[in-house]
Amino acid sequence: MNTVTAPAEPKPAVPVKKSGGFTAAASNYIDERTSISTAVKELGRKIFPDHWSFLLGEVALYSFVIILLSGTFLTFFFQASMAEVHYEGSYVPLKGIEMSAAMASTMDISFDVRGGLLMRQVHHWAALLFVASIGLHMLRIFFTGAFRKPRELNWVIGFILFILAMAEGFTGYSLPDDLLSGNGLRIIDGMVKGIPLIGTWTSFLLFGGEFPGTDIVGRLYSLHILLLPAIILVLIALHLLFVVVHKHTQYSGPGRTQQNVVGYPVLPVYAAKAGGFFFIVFGVVMVIASLFSINPIWNYGPYDPSPVSAGTQPDWYIGFADGILRLAPPHLDVVLFDHTFSFGILIPLGLVGLFIMLVLFYPFIEAWITGDKREHHILDRPRNAATRTAIGAAGVTFYAVLWAAASSDLIATHFKLTMEGVIHTLQVMLFAGPVIAYFIAKRTCLALQKKDRSIALHGYESGRIVRLPGGEYIEVHEPVDDFERWKLVSHESYQPLMIRPDSRGRITVAQRVRAGLSRWFFEDRIDPITRAELESSHSNHH
Amino acid sequence: MAQDGNSGTDIAAADSSNTGHGTEHAVGTAVVARDAIENPGFPPHRHRVTDLDPKKEKQAERTVYTLFYLSIVGSVWAIAAYMAFPIVPEDIASVRTNNLLIGLGLALALLALGIGAVHWGKALMHDEEGIDMRHPVRGTEDTRARAVEIFDQANRESGFGRRSLIRNSLIGALIAFPLPAVVLFRGLAPEGQNPVDLLKHTMWEAGDKLARDPSGLPIKASDVTIGSVFHVIPEKLASVGHSEGYLEEKAKAIVLLMRLKPEDLIEDEDRKGWSYDGIVAYSKVCTHVGCPVALYEQQTHHLLCPCHQSQFDVTNHCAVIFGPAARPLPQLPIAIDDEGYLIAQSDFKEPVGPSFWERH
Repeated sequence: MNTVTAPAEPKPAVPVKKSGGFTAAASNYIDERTSISTAVKELGRKIFPDHWSFLLGEVALYSFVIILLSGTFLTFFFQASMAEVHYEGSYVPLKGIEMSAAMASTMDISFDVRGGLLMRQVHHWAALLFVASIGLHMLRIFFTGAFRKPRELNWVIGFILFILAMAEGFTGYSLPDDLLSGNGLRIIDGMVKGIPLIGTWTSFLLFGGEFPGTDIVGRLYSLHILLLPAIILVLIALHLLFVVVHKHTQYSGPGRTQQNVVGYPVLPVYAAKAGGFFFIVFGVVMVIASLFSINPIWNYGPYDPSPVSAGTQPDWYIGFADGILRLAPPHLDVVLFDHTFSFGILIPLGLVGLFIMLVLFYPFIEAWITGDKREHHILDRPRNAATRTAIGAAGVTFYAVLWAAASSDLIATHFKLTMEGVIHTLQVMLFAGPVIAYFIAKRTCLALQKKDRSIALHGYESGRIVRLPGGEYIEVHEPVDDFERWKLVSHESYQPLMIRPDSRGRITVAQRVRAGLSRWFFEDRIDPITRAELESSHSNHH
Repeated sequence: MAQDGNSGTDIAAADSSNTGHGTEHAVGTAVVARDAIENPGFPPHRHRVTDLDPKKEKQAERTVYTLFYLSIVGSVWAIAAYMAFPIVPEDIASVRTNNLLIGLGLALALLALGIGAVHWGKALMHDEEGIDMRHPVRGTEDTRARAVEIFDQANRESGFGRRSLIRNSLIGALIAFPLPAVVLFRGLAPEGQNPVDLLKHTMWEAGDKLARDPSGLPIKASDVTIGSVFHVIPEKLASVGHSEGYLEEKAKAIVLLMRLKPEDLIEDEDRKGWSYDGIVAYSKVCTHVGCPVALYEQQTHHLLCPCHQSQFDVTNHCAVIFGPAARPLPQLPIAIDDEGYLIAQSDFKEPVGPSFWERH
């Protein structure tokens, strides 16, 4: 710090100038004890670029704050105990029924605490929004290439947050100990038991004995309100710290370069817009929570291992994991060395695990293929990174098929199809769908690039038809101005990697793989236009 | 942020010995065209209507403070609704009113506040964009050199690299110290129980009466008509208290009982005696991941698990005919006692429920 030039001399000068009264005195008091002026100086006029897609991460952050607020309220009433009680609350149909204290206290929150149901619904809806907004935020990051250097680690942190958000969701909706959540836990138990070697004991330790036991709700509660939120808070802090360190990415535009960031300062504009946006998100969640019920546990009743309702489904974000379980073909248990390998569970879990790993490590994979070690602060338009966009489309399709599979029974009953037909179709689509999506997305990107190129060179179609003296009809193209054109031409082009022998004259296998991947990544491409092309097109048309 | 603490001379010395120009980064396979079109620079700023027309500015100001006042109205409304529309015990409609009116009041408070603030920011606050310059994320060469030097110095002063015995024993100690914590977690499950034994047995024993779930009334063979299905628990389950493992026992012991025409049943030789006059009993716990297989399709004699749609053929010892389950549902051998009540001949002959490592 700047202690060299700070002897105790300037003190008397301050009170003379100061006429701000209480605010100034308070600021001075705090600064003398915290040096907060340094933070204000560094951050107060920090520039953030503006774009609607940058709000998705904000929605995630704000819904987490809403979850914390509403969740804290709920903890004052919820009892995380599986002790058996007779329900004596206001909801008549369940009066006198045996249930756990967890279920009974959730019923009381819903029916006997004023505003309790509202807070429960705010909590649940905000949780759904939390996971959804993280997912969309992640898609935005992916398709614009914002994960590239220097932001690879922040991608990893963000993706871990996505997983933790799902874990929070699952532990949360298991807490009321109702029939639906109990069946969800039953499925988790069955999956855990399928893990080789440690599965049986893991389940035994998790549930504190045999399923369902009397411990699981209390344990999930510790995870749900203590451990997971603490980790999420730390990772969010780190995530945001990195945003400050890296400075936010920006879309390409006139005047915007890799060396600057163009936008509005934190004080006052961002404080007003982002602060206001928090209240808007909170308000929207509040509207939904006032009007639409969610997780009506009183319709399900307390957990009992015997009954189950048709059409059971988890919350939407767990759907993909449930869906892949449904897609496994029958008879996959194998007995080897006197032990049971439950491949009907292991293969789906392995596939989901592989998918998660690919997403998690994607920034490093792409960086290896392109060999690009520069920092990237200007976002790609998805069309200009055709192969990445196509990979993203394939990934989204894979996820979407799994998600649809989680509702296979409802799809069958709603559309009057056979269960078997739906499952077999989805099984095929799980592998064919991503391939089809890949090619459609890639060709669409290339076509859009061609369109951009033609607009940049020849201008917009104006819709004005002119008949030339010779009788020929042409449509007049209006040229785009320099600022508009910049958006169309400011992307970079890449060439596939050439295989070159290393210093010892050898070509390694890794080199070959890399060259192959690079060829696949960059082979089909359309180069951005150059000055020469632009000039020649102008001379042709004018 | 270019305040590098103490001695500038040290840094300069360290820098000259370093690699120097490491800031040029590989562009990989990017083609950096010399002939690329140049960035045209910022377009001229376009003023907003509120900048040009004082009337519009005034109007925007009115909108903002009206919204903020509206927000106060919403908050007051929510408090009033809390008091004016309490929950009346046993009146579900009052819960709905309470939820709706408090919620809409709060929503008004939040939305008006948020929209007001955003409108203020967009319509009235200074709207010319600012520019920050970026710098490479990595520290400057000076900073990096100083960091290396600090680590060097720390190493020299502590002897971390030199005193390998101290270092290695420290690493060992750091690896060992969390291990007791792992062991402590053994306490998560009760001792003196082996999950494998528990999973291999249910509470069914020879002579136990089959009873209806949840009433607990025993079932006579004559009650079971052709085509009907019964959800069954052991009669003695009723005597198990909740603290004594009622749910745990029930989770393993639940059974489905169906009566088919005897000629429809295809039975193995060694299991011919397990049914009674077309009445068969199978575990209700799905062999996939353990959901209750609750849906019986009378015409086809198929059982369907509602969780993951595994289907089992009751006529053929509940063999899996579709879905992810790996094994047939285990069969409970049944008979009748002197009074005509259905009883179990024994426990299941194999573990019920999902597969596990030690199952075989």
